[in-house]
Amino acid sequence: MTHHEEHDTVTGTATTGHQWDGIKELNTPLPRWWVYLFYATIIWSVGYWVVYPTWPTISGYTTGWFNYSTRAQVRAELADLEKLRGEKAAVIATASLRNIVQDPTLLAIARARGKPAFGDNCAPCHGSGGAGAKGYPNLNDDDWLWGGTLDDIKQTLDFGVRSGHPKAREGSMVPFGGKDGILKKEEIKTAANFVRSLSGLSVAPGTDLNAGRKLFADNCASCHGDGGTGNKEIGAPNLADKIWLYGSDEASIIEGITNGRGAVMPAWSERLDPVTLKALAVYIYSLSGGK
Amino acid sequence: MSDHSIKQMTPAESGLSILFAILAFLSLVGAALGKDQAYIFHAYLACAASVAAVFAIGNRYFARPAKLPVQEIDGRPNYNFGPVKFATVAAVFWGIAGFTVGLVIALQLAYPVLNLDLPWTTFGRLRPLHTSAVIFAFGGNVLIATSFYVVQRTCRARLAGDLAPWFVVLGYNFFIVIAGTGYLLGVTQSKEYAEPEWYADLWLTIVWVMYLLVFLGTILKRKEPHIFVANWFYLAFIVTIAVLHLGNNPALPVSILGSKSYVAWGGVQDAMFQWWYGHNAVGFFLTAGFLAIMYYFIPKRAERPIYSYRLSIIHFWALIFLYIWAGPHHLHYTALPDWTQTLGMTFSIMLWMPSWGGMINGLMTLSGAWDKLRTDPVLRMMVVSVAFYGMSTFEGPMMSIKVVNSLSHYTDWTIGHVHSGALGWVGFVSFGAIYCLVPWLWNRKQLYSLRLVNWHFWIATIGIVLYISAMWVSGILQGLMWRAYTSLGFLEYSFIETVEAMHPFYIIRAAGGSLFLVGALIMAYNLWMTIRVGEVEETLPRAALQPAE
Repeated sequence: MTHHEEHDTVTGTATTGHQWDGIKELNTPLPRWWVYLFYATIIWSVGYWVVYPTWPTISGYTTGWFNYSTRAQVRAELADLEKLRGEKAAVIATASLRNIVQDPTLLAIARARGKPAFGDNCAPCHGSGGAGAKGYPNLNDDDWLWGGTLDDIKQTLDFGVRSGHPKAREGSMVPFGGKDGILKKEEIKTAANFVRSLSGLSVAPGTDLNAGRKLFADNCASCHGDGGTGNKEIGAPNLADKIWLYGSDEASIIEGITNGRGAVMPAWSERLDPVTLKALAVYIYSLSGGK
Repeated sequence: MSDHSIKQMTPAESGLSILFAILAFLSLVGAALGKDQAYIFHAYLACAASVAAVFAIGNRYFARPAKLPVQEIDGRPNYNFGPVKFATVAAVFWGIAGFTVGLVIALQLAYPVLNLDLPWTTFGRLRPLHTSAVIFAFGGNVLIATSFYVVQRTCRARLAGDLAPWFVVLGYNFFIVIAGTGYLLGVTQSKEYAEPEWYADLWLTIVWVMYLLVFLGTILKRKEPHIFVANWFYLAFIVTIAVLHLGNNPALPVSILGSKSYVAWGGVQDAMFQWWYGHNAVGFFLTAGFLAIMYYFIPKRAERPIYSYRLSIIHFWALIFLYIWAGPHHLHYTALPDWTQTLGMTFSIMLWMPSWGGMINGLMTLSGAWDKLRTDPVLRMMVVSVAFYGMSTFEGPMMSIKVVNSLSHYTDWTIGHVHSGALGWVGFVSFGAIYCLVPWLWNRKQLYSLRLVNWHFWIATIGIVLYISAMWVSGILQGLMWRAYTSLGFLEYSFIETVEAMHPFYIIRAAGGSLFLVGALIMAYNLWMTIRVGEVEETLPRAALQPAE
């Protein structure tokens, strides 16, 4: 120790004797608890190195006591999961959709598997409860554009709608308006009001419904049917019910007739595994009354 | 006598003028031949900045006396505080900009419509703008300002170089402008916290080397026999950031006339380099650098000696040695080899006490001066920052443990952890340092209003508490929802359901963030008034009780 050792008046601890811009330093020893905790973390780490893979060597690494690897851990956890799901869950892969729906246990398993898959893949468009939105069909009701049987739903899921897949649901509402369109603006307005009348909605004053009926018969009935009840073969919506994909107001209908409609649903067989697709079909089927 | 010497340009003045003139010309060529809009825009910016630099050097030359500023006046160091003042003001400006963008993106997460469907205002572009603005623009300017101040005062020496300190401060802020405008225009190399493209990286390298030279040069001509502890930390910060920057950013531009480049590393090696960089940006930029601030400003403000010299040595070297290994804990349960993950985790655990060494030294320096916490909100801010530092550096090692990480990783818990460190530690210690610096630099007796500092302290503290507690709850909830299985063995929740569950916490987080921003605006007003009119208000009414000693 130096001769002129200086002590801090408050704590009585010696200073180091240096000073920088008025700042001094005390020569306080290391707090013991700090030192012991530091040693403890080091000892724990060394122990961990012995047990787990840690240090790289020339041709590999030290593997530790029981050859731990995260990949083996994932495999083990997935195997545990399969065990929890039980043998019945494996049956989903081979059972027919009809059998799954009729067997309460299989139905419960398929629904449990389908629900999160629906949330991750379908909900962004159809809503988390499947209630749909403008342009995205409601899956809770009994109204189906492309058919509501298990097989219809499965086919739509697998190959999509206007998705570009060779087996996709095809057929779209052609545009009737535009500069060289099939119908003039006035005619489209008349037709739109006639379409509203099919489901009992009010009609704009001065609309010639007879002219509208003729326009409908000449242009729309080939797809939507004489009574406007639609055609599931080509996805032509029923225009005589109260369910509207793009809205029932005059402007929305005029827009549909003028520019056509043709929204896209992806072909999910290109993204999801076959069992998940089956589970999804069953889940969606069970959301509605199904057909 | 040199008083009558003929005025001449120094080699630095003439050399830099020529270099900037050449750079202006090259930038103009780049602007003319550039292959993408962002590159052309940046080339014009570089051209304008280079021309401005030539004019600034010229003006400075014509305005200055023939003799350069002396090192000492009457035996006392002739400190160079101009660059410190600039960096301090820049720090406040960028801080408020960065906090504001942070609030915007917090609101975007709660209300996605605020993305406005414009490319420039989407979350993806604003998020790096926020992180870079608060870490590198705010934090960086605070570090440059305080390091240039502290190194002069504790070495009793004028800052090395004449133009060099200005080159560092202005050059660094030009880098910030290039980086920030680049993000908005969609220029990024997609490496977190290292998003700027190759030309910005090159420029930063030049600026950073100059920063190191100025800092080292000042230390070399010090009048004190020993190097002050804060300067060890500053030096570790400057040197390591240089190494990290060079290690993480080697890239080959697609064209020297375009903004896109490809990083040399690929796959898991790239990920490892990225998080070696990313974690040590936390360790050496946000920890070592700000510990340096703590080691000067807390003893200075408390007027007490540093608690333990021995602890400062041991925890400094332990921190430096251990931090550099911890990066792999960002890549648990990924393609990174298991042995690397183990090393990252165990070194993070061993880092706990070295980190806490700084906390102990910061807090215990208050022994004998605890009463000042009641009367001095600036000191209180810095001491609370050290408390947040201690909390974050316990939470960090805990989150690096693999089983904890399997719950916390990718959740908001990480965001909460980062912000308890960023808002609580880095933010508060910076505010404290700025509150000290401004009156010192502008020769005011004290701040315009300590009462406003008190308001800043409480509003911002409530903001931080709201922020981090919302993110803890949200993060743990999120982690638990992701791993929840039904009794049948299928996932309980879809991802979208977890997002819906986060919504209320995102609103609380935005409320916390807005309080933090309000606090910073109060600070800006207080500093502005300090510089403009000096101290007007009385200090807080002193409590009747004085220490009994």
